[in-house]
Amino acid sequence: MNGQGGTMLDTNPDEGYTTADGRKIGGIAMEMRNITLRFGGVVAIKDISFDIRWGEIRAIIGPNGAGKSSMLNVISGFYHPQDGEVIYKGYKRPRMRPYQVAQQGIARTFQNIALFEGMSVLDNIMTGRLHHMKANIFHQAIWWGRAAREEAENREQVEKIIDFLEIQHIRKTPVSRLPYGLKKRVELARALAAEPSILLLDEPMAGMNVEEKEDMCRFILDVNDEFGTTTVLIEHDMGVVMDLSDRVVVMDYGKKIGDGTPDEVRNNQEVINAYLGVAHD
Amino acid sequence: MPDTLLFALEASLNGLTAGVMYALVALGFVLIFKASGIFNFAQGVLALFAALTLVGFQSGQIPFSHLINAMLGTRLHHFGWNMPTVLAIPATVLVMIGLAILVERFILKHLVNQEPIILFMATIGLAYFLEGFGDIMWGAEVKALDVGLPKGMSSAVDEATFAWFGYGFYIDRLEIWAAGIAAVLVAVLTVFSQYTKQGRALRAVADDHQAALSVGISLRFIWVLTWSIAGIVALVAGIMWGSKSGVQFSLSLIALKALPVLILGGFTSIPGAIVGGLIIGVGEKLFDFFMNPIIGGATENWFAYMLALIFLLFRPQGLFGERIIERV
Repeated sequence: MNGQGGTMLDTNPDEGYTTADGRKIGGIAMEMRNITLRFGGVVAIKDISFDIRWGEIRAIIGPNGAGKSSMLNVISGFYHPQDGEVIYKGYKRPRMRPYQVAQQGIARTFQNIALFEGMSVLDNIMTGRLHHMKANIFHQAIWWGRAAREEAENREQVEKIIDFLEIQHIRKTPVSRLPYGLKKRVELARALAAEPSILLLDEPMAGMNVEEKEDMCRFILDVNDEFGTTTVLIEHDMGVVMDLSDRVVVMDYGKKIGDGTPDEVRNNQEVINAYLGVAHD
Repeated sequence: MPDTLLFALEASLNGLTAGVMYALVALGFVLIFKASGIFNFAQGVLALFAALTLVGFQSGQIPFSHLINAMLGTRLHHFGWNMPTVLAIPATVLVMIGLAILVERFILKHLVNQEPIILFMATIGLAYFLEGFGDIMWGAEVKALDVGLPKGMSSAVDEATFAWFGYGFYIDRLEIWAAGIAAVLVAVLTVFSQYTKQGRALRAVADDHQAALSVGISLRFIWVLTWSIAGIVALVAGIMWGSKSGVQFSLSLIALKALPVLILGGFTSIPGAIVGGLIIGVGEKLFDFFMNPIIGGATENWFAYMLALIFLLFRPQGLFGERIIERV
């Protein structure tokens, strides 16, 4: 299969099924095919395949060092796998730089928050809209016509997201002064500002207290509900994952050991072994 | 008003305008340092190269004529026309942008993720290369640069101060113009970086490379943009210094005068570069004025460095620089 002239995949966002709680899950948005990623002699990801459907919340879980973040970095173009292909919207994606992947509508957050610390919350979120602004550099330079109009339009979009994530009170605050939980929320806001086709969240709840976790959970669900955003998330907290996600991929030592609905995964013997350990006797 | 105070006031005013010239050079350093964390040793040579190119275009010099003559035995020197300044300046801007693209393509691209000291070494190499390249391209003789800026004593200032104090101040009109142009330049740069898409992208890259990539900013484009802007700032500095004292090799040494300005203002602050420049300009003129009779002159050569040294002891991050806090 060359992957260029369309594939056998059903990629139509409107065809799919409806979940028990009434959300529409569409066709296949992205498919990872036989991905293998090596760093020197270390194999971080070993021949993994799975797909992501439009509108679903897809979780990737696994013990520490299982290769979850590496997988997310492959999707967002920060790493390039030695083998395998990424099929996005029905076409094989050529080797791309991270900024090109972002321009294709794949936004992400980082495990160890990567915000622009010196800029205000508003400015940080505005950077998420950079590639929605089309005015050329000469218009920009003299701040005229299209450039000024675009700034206003994009500002409006950003204000909507700020309202949605309930961070009005910190709009003008420099990010470096915010507590950890709010920083995570601002990072989510910046990713949302790009109006992404696929949203990648790398441990969105790591290091949070219970209350912050509940807030973040609610926002992820609300975002998915309100905008129908396809979300891929990595998480350690099993309870959170099982509540949030439609389907779960389980990784261990770079291999896929389970894939399915939360219930299916919960009862998978291999998954139980990986998390609880097995007696070798 | 007592005479000493008047003279001191005149010296301070002269210092302010001189300070603006220092600030112009420092500004180029700050722009590149902020966006890429590189201390660009070549900034002074960039100013020299820009001024040489401008003079070359204006006088219709044939580039590389010495080289061509030496190789082919011809006697080329000028095209025989003079380019008007309004054309020569945009043409030079294009050359500086071309240079920025080449620097990114041949140097920066290959040094991504290297230690700052390695990038610094690369800019030293660039400085020496550009110095020789400028010589080969345009010749090494001292050239006069005239872009039509007024020069000489400002009679308006002279008359006004004479009417107020009974003593006319001497202030060079060129330096007043330089101050005005620098103010416009800083205003434009500020608006650009605060309110435009590219400006925001530039600040984003300066803040965090990884995060910038994740929102779809191309680092390479931003580097070309930064070096282009630094090239244009270098051109402005080159025009001012070149108009004042001719275009010659020593122009590249103004970079050394920018160092103490940076230490005072902080490497990462545009307002810092301005304020630092002004403090050094005024400081060295006043210091010279009061200390000259006691220690016998030539203090302007070392005053700035002494001030920078004192600053390093008490406020190493500069007046406006980011405070370096090591969390453990």
